[in-house]
Amino acid sequence: MKDQDLGHLIARVKEGALSRRSFIRKAAAVGLAAPFANQLLAFNGVAMAKANLPYKPTKAGGGGPLKMLLWQAPTLLNPHFASGTKDQIASRIFYEPLAGWDKEGNLFPQLAAEIPSKANGGLSADGKEVIWKIKPGVKWHDGKPLTADDAVFTWEYAADPATAAYTTGAYKDIKVEKVDDLTIKVIFKEPTPFWADAFVGVAGMIIPKHHFGEYKGTKSRDAPANLKPVGTGAYKFADFKPGDILTAERNTEYHVANHPHFDTLEVKGGGDAVSAARAVLQTGEYDYAWNLQVEDEVLKRMETGGRGKISAVVSGDIEFIILNTTDPWTEVDGERSSIKTKHPTLSDPKVREALNLLIDRDSVQKFIYGRGGIATASFVNQPAKFKSTKLKYEFNIDKANKILDDAGYKKGSDGIREKDGKKLKYVFQTSINAPRQKTQQIIKQACQRAGIDLELKSVTASVFFSSDVANPDTYTKLYVDMEMYTTTQPQPDPERFLNQFVSWEVASKENKWLGRNVSRYTDKDADEAYKAAQKELDPDKRAALLIKVNEIFCEAHVILPLLSRTRVAASVTNLMHDHSGWDVDTWNLAAWYRS
Amino acid sequence: MGAYLLRRLLIAIPSLLGISLILFTVLALAPGDPFSEMATNPNVPPEVREALRASFGLNDPIMVRYVRWLSNMVQGDWGFSFASRIDVDTLILQRVPTTLFVVGSSQILALCIALPVGIYAATRPYSLFDQVANTLAFVGFSLPTFFTGLLLILIFSVSLDWFPFVYRSDLAATGWRWYWEMFRQAIMPITVLGLFQAASYTRYVRSAVLDVIRLDYVTTARAKGLGEKTVTLRHITRNALIPVVTLIALQMPAVFGGAIVTEQIFRIPGIGSLLIDAILANDTPVIMAVTFVFACLVVIFNLIADVLYGWLDPRISFS
Repeated sequence: MKDQDLGHLIARVKEGALSRRSFIRKAAAVGLAAPFANQLLAFNGVAMAKANLPYKPTKAGGGGPLKMLLWQAPTLLNPHFASGTKDQIASRIFYEPLAGWDKEGNLFPQLAAEIPSKANGGLSADGKEVIWKIKPGVKWHDGKPLTADDAVFTWEYAADPATAAYTTGAYKDIKVEKVDDLTIKVIFKEPTPFWADAFVGVAGMIIPKHHFGEYKGTKSRDAPANLKPVGTGAYKFADFKPGDILTAERNTEYHVANHPHFDTLEVKGGGDAVSAARAVLQTGEYDYAWNLQVEDEVLKRMETGGRGKISAVVSGDIEFIILNTTDPWTEVDGERSSIKTKHPTLSDPKVREALNLLIDRDSVQKFIYGRGGIATASFVNQPAKFKSTKLKYEFNIDKANKILDDAGYKKGSDGIREKDGKKLKYVFQTSINAPRQKTQQIIKQACQRAGIDLELKSVTASVFFSSDVANPDTYTKLYVDMEMYTTTQPQPDPERFLNQFVSWEVASKENKWLGRNVSRYTDKDADEAYKAAQKELDPDKRAALLIKVNEIFCEAHVILPLLSRTRVAASVTNLMHDHSGWDVDTWNLAAWYRS
Repeated sequence: MGAYLLRRLLIAIPSLLGISLILFTVLALAPGDPFSEMATNPNVPPEVREALRASFGLNDPIMVRYVRWLSNMVQGDWGFSFASRIDVDTLILQRVPTTLFVVGSSQILALCIALPVGIYAATRPYSLFDQVANTLAFVGFSLPTFFTGLLLILIFSVSLDWFPFVYRSDLAATGWRWYWEMFRQAIMPITVLGLFQAASYTRYVRSAVLDVIRLDYVTTARAKGLGEKTVTLRHITRNALIPVVTLIALQMPAVFGGAIVTEQIFRIPGIGSLLIDAILANDTPVIMAVTFVFACLVVIFNLIADVLYGWLDPRISFS
């Protein structure tokens, strides 16, 4: 098939003359994989609207109870206060956004009638306005209709700093206007290529004005609906005990025909991940367990009973190592790792290049993470159009030795390389978590064979990830030579995620180490590419710019990506569920059913 | 007696103040941040995190926070949980019934085992029964509850599939079915806790009875021609149980405080699991409230134990 023919087919899909499904079938016939064919459509501005899970039941209800187990228990049910995933999952049962993200990173309309696009007039040419059409006929659980006023109110509520909403980042810099009863207009100050943030996914859940109207701002904590949600979701609230159990029943007035399948829903919390996996895979007491950060070997053993199955979906989580190019052992103006200093040896790109060759990513994946991660050399891996195809990884001790020899680092009597009296001895820090300590060991052993000595350090997660200004062991302080952790790209668009590579975000004493650029490395080209990407409205050019930012940091070997993490969930064999790495597990709960 | 009680209650006030001050300081100095989950999320601007810290009063000096907490506490305001943003007393009250039921039943089970076994073993010291009971008691309190708990789960839930190992506070069933389901889910945690407690109680009962059994009045009772049963139950046990009653009174705070490890293993929504969740989430108001209530219970039950002791044993005077 020639390019021309493809273009012709895409045009027919746009006109509506050819269904998306038959396009993909035709593309597959000439050897184009389905995901790639999907990408082609996405690049060409065709809205994606396909559930990943075909819904089989022919009527609503009749599915009996659905029992979910979250090993971290939900503690609150206001989606705009939900700090952790557990609370977002629980809130999403009752509330819905205008659109959610499916597992491939495509927008899927929920309360919206359609996904805004240039073709349907939803997106303005200057990238400053988005018009959302709300699905007609949607009712809140108390019978009142959903209107544009609720969406506008959600914006006012979350944008008000006094409300102290965790979602405020998505709303504080925009303006929302009501066009008519079922239409709203989102107005950005600047052209915004990634417009699907407010009213979308985790941050986008719309709350009813008639329940929260009086509780905006400082009174937000007093709203009775914080604990007794009234939403539009497939299940209605029944009872909630914070930190323990949440029950719900089927919403008979749900706005999607024949949905949902289950009559009641129970979400139990508490315990630990391993026993949660056991309650699903081995005893079948529960139907679904989420976020199973358990060694794959253990899960495989539990799966052998045949009662349950594991599903892993790609996500924006990346496990990676930062090599510190500033000096963590010298204090300047009251801070270590100041950008005014230079690391004695790690500022040498050759040393960093050698270190990158000493990470056996394949073994880390095979023996430690299993289905929980995919080895990678690129910081951004998902969605595929943002992944760098240029970056490759390699595990080669001989090559690393050669690079270090050529750069003049000679082995001393203790087997550790040095040059000008500076030894290649580093402190390698991470949080306490069994797979991370094993990964540290694998890297340490390889480094030993190249004459680099690593001192391993692990910090409790609650300290490592805290923003405690007084504590030297937080990950943003970076008071070590190298450190490893996972960071999350929350949306299937890496623009905001990549702000950790720009010069104005460098973490320092001045910004109380709240800056997002923890590595402290800066590059003029990366800054420029990032700024250009923020304004670029052409999706292909913009993707290229963001890939460039990623490549600059990975090629400088300041950021050493290890694994693109997946989200692992367990379910009983007959449960058909749909969880997405770009949204919370319950994003498409209405479509779950038992076969 | 009245003066003694008053004096003890007055002494309790400074000790409780001291406890609360130490707790508060330790919590304030401990590393961690209730908003750590937001730290790695690029969608939450740092300003929001800072604003939240400020609005929750986390940026004030420790002493200011302590005085604020204390004055609110005195007025009956326990504060609100950072994690769920609801009042701490509501949270605690939700958990009390489950804890009372599970830990209370396990204490009753422990006594039902320890009393007969301890008394019988003491009346026949160094017999085969005594040796076996002693050995089992040692094994019992050497095995930690997290081990026996997991063992029971492996045997009765995973292999035999008899009992569920996830405890649910609101069972869907009604009537007899409810009682049956409740029995099925509660039996494993109650057994684990009860057997552990029974092991140490047995040792206490046995030694208390042994102390009494050689006394002259027991010989007198026997010489009067009283039956062995009457001697054991009416003369020996009554006197031997005085220290045991004190011991049980001192155990009462634990009944309210819950059993952290066992509650975690079986997912029992009790006070213990509330405390551990709060600690993991750095939810200071909840940690403070739970530990402080626990401190109060310890102080009060100590007093009760002392008073009870004097009442049971007239030889002890409070003057």
